Amino acid sequence: MAGMPDELGGPQPGGGQLATDPKLPATAVDDAAREAEDKNWTPAKIALWAAIALLGGIAWFMVAIIRGETVNAIWFVFASVCTYLIGYRFYSKVIERYITKPDDRRATPAEYKADGRDYVRTDRNVLFGHHFAAIAGAGPLVGPIIAAQMGYLPGTIWIIVGVVLAGAVQDYLVMFFSMRRGGRSLGQMAREELGVIGGTAALVATLLIMVIIVAILALVVVNALGESPWGVFSVGLTIPIALFMGVYLRFLRPGKVMEVSLIGFVLLMAAIIGGGIVAETEWGAAFFSLDKVTIAWGLIVYGFIAAILPVWLLLAPRDYLSTFMKIGVIVMLALAIIVVRPEITVPAFSEFASRDNGPVFPGALFPFLFVTIACGALSGFHALIASGTTPKLIEKERQTRFIGYGGMLMESFVAIMALVAAISIDRGLYFAMNAPVALTGGTVETAATWVNSLGLAGVNISPDLLSETARNVGEESIVSRTGGAPTLAVGLAHIMQQFIGGTAMMAFWYHFAIMFEALFILTAVDAGTRVARFMLQDSIGNFAPKFKEHSWRPGAWLCTAIMVGAWGAVLLMGVTDPLGGINTLFPLFGIANQLLAAIALSVCLAIVAKRGTFKYLWIVALPLAFAAVVTITASFQKIFSPVPAVGYFANNAAFSKALGDGKTEFGSAKTVAAMEAVVRNTAIQGWLSVIFVVLSIIVIVTAILATARAFRNHRAGIANKDHEDEARASRVFAPAGLIPTPAERELVAEWNELPADLRFERAGHH
Amino acid sequence: MGAGLSAIVTGFRGFSRYLGGVLGADAYSKYVEYHRGTGHHEPPLSEREFWRDRTDRQDSTPQGRCC
Repeated sequence: MAGMPDELGGPQPGGGQLATDPKLPATAVDDAAREAEDKNWTPAKIALWAAIALLGGIAWFMVAIIRGETVNAIWFVFASVCTYLIGYRFYSKVIERYITKPDDRRATPAEYKADGRDYVRTDRNVLFGHHFAAIAGAGPLVGPIIAAQMGYLPGTIWIIVGVVLAGAVQDYLVMFFSMRRGGRSLGQMAREELGVIGGTAALVATLLIMVIIVAILALVVVNALGESPWGVFSVGLTIPIALFMGVYLRFLRPGKVMEVSLIGFVLLMAAIIGGGIVAETEWGAAFFSLDKVTIAWGLIVYGFIAAILPVWLLLAPRDYLSTFMKIGVIVMLALAIIVVRPEITVPAFSEFASRDNGPVFPGALFPFLFVTIACGALSGFHALIASGTTPKLIEKERQTRFIGYGGMLMESFVAIMALVAAISIDRGLYFAMNAPVALTGGTVETAATWVNSLGLAGVNISPDLLSETARNVGEESIVSRTGGAPTLAVGLAHIMQQFIGGTAMMAFWYHFAIMFEALFILTAVDAGTRVARFMLQDSIGNFAPKFKEHSWRPGAWLCTAIMVGAWGAVLLMGVTDPLGGINTLFPLFGIANQLLAAIALSVCLAIVAKRGTFKYLWIVALPLAFAAVVTITASFQKIFSPVPAVGYFANNAAFSKALGDGKTEFGSAKTVAAMEAVVRNTAIQGWLSVIFVVLSIIVIVTAILATARAFRNHRAGIANKDHEDEARASRVFAPAGLIPTPAERELVAEWNELPADLRFERAGHH
Repeated sequence: MGAGLSAIVTGFRGFSRYLGGVLGADAYSKYVEYHRGTGHHEPPLSEREFWRDRTDRQDSTPQGRCC
């Protein structure tokens, strides 16, 4: 198969006709040499991959088949890492060979558009970390925990298999195609490839999806901080810390990013420790115990101010802090799990795996498990990062596989570790923490009674365990702390205290976890509001050109207010929802995120078809079909299901009827006002589902039409118009992956021998 | 012992350089390198000016952060 021209010969932009500078060494490893290297299966290499496959196989066997009384967490690590390695080494290479077909003789935007600022060639390993820090946030830490309701196995399989066949494929393709287009955004690519209708639908869908995603992330923070003086104090302190860092970087020591990040980190730790002391005092407990509605309003006001403040003052410094924490936390979590190796007692499939009335999130395993876990398996939001920022920094085309595909595998690993942390805690505790107050009743006694009444195998929880755990983590209560973040924090504290510090340190680790989750989420909320505001300004600008001027204050403030108002309304709706908030809204988050994935994959499908690659179109079509089926089924169930717990409109009708019958309480709503709130909320959620699914179907259909048109043109021998930037010859070389191959090493050595004046010469003198 | 210690120091330096790269702490030195490489005649921005310009431009070109 190798080297066989894939199809009848669509236009191969630039390939082969690039004039390279004879004074320079080759800018790409010779194709034949690379092929030979790839095909050269030495005994050592065969043994290595056989060992990886064997270890992975054993690990999967331990996790999925044996399932004795307990399973050790280390098997999750082996199963995932071995599968990632195999997926990376084999599947992503198939994508590279037959779909992306990178050409290192072509200059990347970082080379031909180099400006020393936005377009800068960046070392591949550094860019890997940079890209990873941009895509990974609180999402992979929350979804898997909520999905643990179904048992550990469905989530584990979806996270690991999903990332290899869907999530990483999407990230890689979007990044590569955006790079070939000078770093264009997903919205611009959609407009070019799908036409005005598809492009506009994609834009509107993206905007709405961002609102939902920001709102539900904010809801996770509010739920974690409600009635928690320690959490409110330490997370609140991140704002003055970031402001201080901003001023430090702007006026005192510009450019000393590492220094200020270290200072910020130390202050952050002090804030966590200080929070424990303050929460102990009477005034501290009184002043910082805020109810969820107050915190939600605080967050809304904060969100507006943060989005109109200059970037240097708040956003940039907090981003440094968040990145710093992100890398530290993930290394720490991996180390702790490998060292502590907790035993997992949760069943592979829980009693709720075959039912549709789970207390944490309603709905059957298919499709709702697949929307509950979005980040970590397939996250459409990544397409916004993979198009735009990262492609402007890539040094060589072949590196996109490592950065795009590899970066997403790394996020999936974070999701697996979060899942392990969540399922290492007692199962009764898990349900007491994650079910809404309407079910648990809110006190340790009622919660314990309710959990024990579920009839779950091996679950017999005492009120004492609930109050003791709360005491250990320094909280008033842990009953109905929904949203995933507190559960992860308890799980992490449980694992970390065995690693460092013992029970005495549990409260610190709990609040450390809450702190970093809040930090990630607040950064995402800020950045999301800003990005959404600019999208809105540009859209309004098509009718009122004044809005396109980003520096025009009234326009900027108005659009910021609209976006904050939109997510703030959804947030308040979630916080005050009598049905629980997270369990009704989280499916909407997953659906929104994966509809965005379907949109991104649709754009990729059209591009791949236009490039004339039909034989391997299934590589894109497979995840697209899966995402489309899952999200459209989930949306339809949310819209049409007659089961009130699942269908928004069924619930709406049930509560409307109860109100009409003159009832003053119904289900978990104990007052008429609460019943009216349910009617209002379910109507909004239902109509949002309708809008999302309609927009996404429009995008998918336009993509399929574009694909069919490309196929017809291809058969008729008409060249499809492609939107890639013109190919320019590269004048630099760098290896493609983490470890350079022998041929790459030889070439690097040649480049190193080059006189310095030639080596630093850049393409396109300005 | 001396060799082991210096290996640790080198490892730590490498790690902090890597972390700095991920955070974008080396943006100014890369800018200066670029400026020199392209043979501009006017002097490069000072470090203070460069960082001001960088964050001010981010005001109008927001970068997404994911969930």
